[in-house]
Amino acid sequence: MSSAFLILAAFLFCIGGYGALTRRNAIVVLLSIEVMLQAVILNLVAFSHMGTTPSLTGHVFSLFVITVAAAEVALGVALVVSYVRKRGVSDVTEMKELKTP
Amino acid sequence: MEYSVVQWAWVVPVLPLLVFLFLTAIGERRARGGVYASVVVAWIAVVCAGIVAVFQLRANSSYTWEEWSWLRMGEWTLTFGFEVTNLNVLMLAMVTCVSALVLTYSLGYMKDDLRQTTFFAYVCLFTFAMNGLVLSSHLLQLYIFWEIMGFCSFLLIGFWYTKPAAKRAAKKAFIVTRIGDVALFIAIVWLFWEMPRGSLSFNDIHNALIEGQLDATATTAIAILIFIGAMGKSGQFPLHTWLPDAMEGPTPISALIHAATMVAAGVFLVVRTYDFFLASEIALDIVAYVGAFTACMAAFIALKQDDIKRILAYSTVSQLGTMMLALGMGTRAALVASVFHLLTHAFFKALLFLGAGNVIHATHTQSLAQLGGLMRTLKLTALTFGIGALALAGVFPLAGFWSKEAIFYVLWQESPPLFWVSLLTAGLTALYMTRLFVRVFLGAPRIKNVHTLSRVMTWPLVAMAGVVVCSGWVYTPWSDWLPLQLGYVAMPHESNVVVLLSTTVVLASIFLGWGLYRPKAEAMRTQATNVVHPPTKKGFRKQKRLAKMQPVVHQGQPAASKKTGFFTNVLVRAFYIDELYDIVVVKPFQGIAQALVWVDQVCIRGVMDGIGRWLFVIGRGGTSLQNGQVQRYGVMVVWGFLLLISVVVVRRFW
Repeated sequence: MSSAFLILAAFLFCIGGYGALTRRNAIVVLLSIEVMLQAVILNLVAFSHMGTTPSLTGHVFSLFVITVAAAEVALGVALVVSYVRKRGVSDVTEMKELKTP
Repeated sequence: MEYSVVQWAWVVPVLPLLVFLFLTAIGERRARGGVYASVVVAWIAVVCAGIVAVFQLRANSSYTWEEWSWLRMGEWTLTFGFEVTNLNVLMLAMVTCVSALVLTYSLGYMKDDLRQTTFFAYVCLFTFAMNGLVLSSHLLQLYIFWEIMGFCSFLLIGFWYTKPAAKRAAKKAFIVTRIGDVALFIAIVWLFWEMPRGSLSFNDIHNALIEGQLDATATTAIAILIFIGAMGKSGQFPLHTWLPDAMEGPTPISALIHAATMVAAGVFLVVRTYDFFLASEIALDIVAYVGAFTACMAAFIALKQDDIKRILAYSTVSQLGTMMLALGMGTRAALVASVFHLLTHAFFKALLFLGAGNVIHATHTQSLAQLGGLMRTLKLTALTFGIGALALAGVFPLAGFWSKEAIFYVLWQESPPLFWVSLLTAGLTALYMTRLFVRVFLGAPRIKNVHTLSRVMTWPLVAMAGVVVCSGWVYTPWSDWLPLQLGYVAMPHESNVVVLLSTTVVLASIFLGWGLYRPKAEAMRTQATNVVHPPTKKGFRKQKRLAKMQPVVHQGQPAASKKTGFFTNVLVRAFYIDELYDIVVVKPFQGIAQALVWVDQVCIRGVMDGIGRWLFVIGRGGTSLQNGQVQRYGVMVVWGFLLLISVVVVRRFW
């Protein structure tokens, strides 16, 4: 029963990861990260409900994660917006500032 | 032991060492001052050596001081010290005296040289080493000084290192003598093995050999190895080839190192370790035959050389061979005769070299083909050179006569065949010296603008000529002073037959030489047409430098033409020994070197370069990964994670 949830979570995580690593639009990359987070939350909820010792801890954690994710998205989108304003692009392949010139 | 002046003998070697340090410290800034100071100290050393010699010869008991322990290995201690015996003080007096005279002479000869302080410093270091060698109390200490001398010789032969011939000669001298040095070192190590308590001191060696504590085979082998060492330094066949080439050095050096002192160190070594040779018949025979062959061969070569200094160099080889030949007779009388010849030879050969130096300094050439008729312009040089030449030829009553008679007499008694060889050598010696003197000083003057010589360059010759005339009187039929000092009482006197024979041969050779080489009448008429270097006053220094720079005659003498006979060619090329060594030793070594170069360049360097190139390729790959894009890094993280997981999985299930 729980394996269905876990498989779904794994699929979601892989899809999100693939999107995060391959998509070129910064907003879509952020969305993909959200998808990965949802997979994690799904995992937490599934284990808190159907794990060996069911408790409310998982629920609490998933609420935390949702809150943090919301904050993260707000920050992320703000960064993307300011980046686009400054450089005029939202393509992540153009973002090479990590490399020392 | 009560207090004696002899205890201060160590001052004699230390004085030149201090001068060496001083000259090295001041450099070339106040060159003349330093150089004069070194000459003054050299004469002080002569006085010290003289005082030590007088006291030692009066006391007549050897003094050994070995208090300074240098190395301690378990039970065994290596001490440093000095030993004063009658033989040592005689050598010491000779070395300091020749060295002081040569240094004085160098004041004039090296006046215009830019590196004269260096020159004097090297000479002082050499004098230190030679004095130290003479006073050494054990073999290892002797070996250390022996090597310092070899090094000084190398430095001074290559003193004019801008001249390729000098560089080559310096290297050759160093390498060829090194062969002998290695043999000597093996002898020392072996001796250390064999001797009770590993003692190397001359006293202990003497006692051990007297008591027969050493095994006979080892004694013979050590004696032969020591003799190989002496062969290297004293220019005995087949290690003599470096000595004629060493003439590329400044002439005072040829006089001091390559005629009087260092090359005599080999003979001194054999004298010092004579007990080995007395204990071994084979070693004695080797010494005798090598000496005889060297003496005769070098005398033949000297007949046909063109360069004054090379003639004198071959003559030195020949005389050293004669000393070795005498030592090979294996009696105390032979030892005395050999030491006697060593001492007298030092003076007259140094005198001849300084005379040759004057000729070179005055005319800027050292080729017999260009010289002639210098009698009129260089009167004092001609006179002193003549005395030296007569002494070398062995004419009564000069020093060379007495020392040669002593050797002849020993040979006459011990080994008649070798006596005749030696007599032949003496005849040849008289012949080539006549040729040299006639060609250089007699006949028509062929060089204009002969430079006058300063007094500092002529008076040392006069002083030496005085010594050459007198020094023979220490051992004559009327005086037994030298044999008595060397601890040999019953010294035989010359027999009339030997004196008559040798004098006849020498005089006949001189007349033959006069007949062969005297200036011809038509040669007198063709006057100085082919002047070589017409030096003007202005370009004097440059001319002089150029004359020294030019490799005047080297090894393969150009004189060997097709017109001359086969025998002459062989003599001019010195029996083709250098060419033989070139084929047998030098070429194979160069071949090995080439092969090793290939291994180094291709194999080792290839591997190293390959590793480098691979690392470069890997580095290139690494940089393409790090392109600043977060996504690329993310992919790497995923791949790394997968790798980690797969490792864990594989370990779990396999």
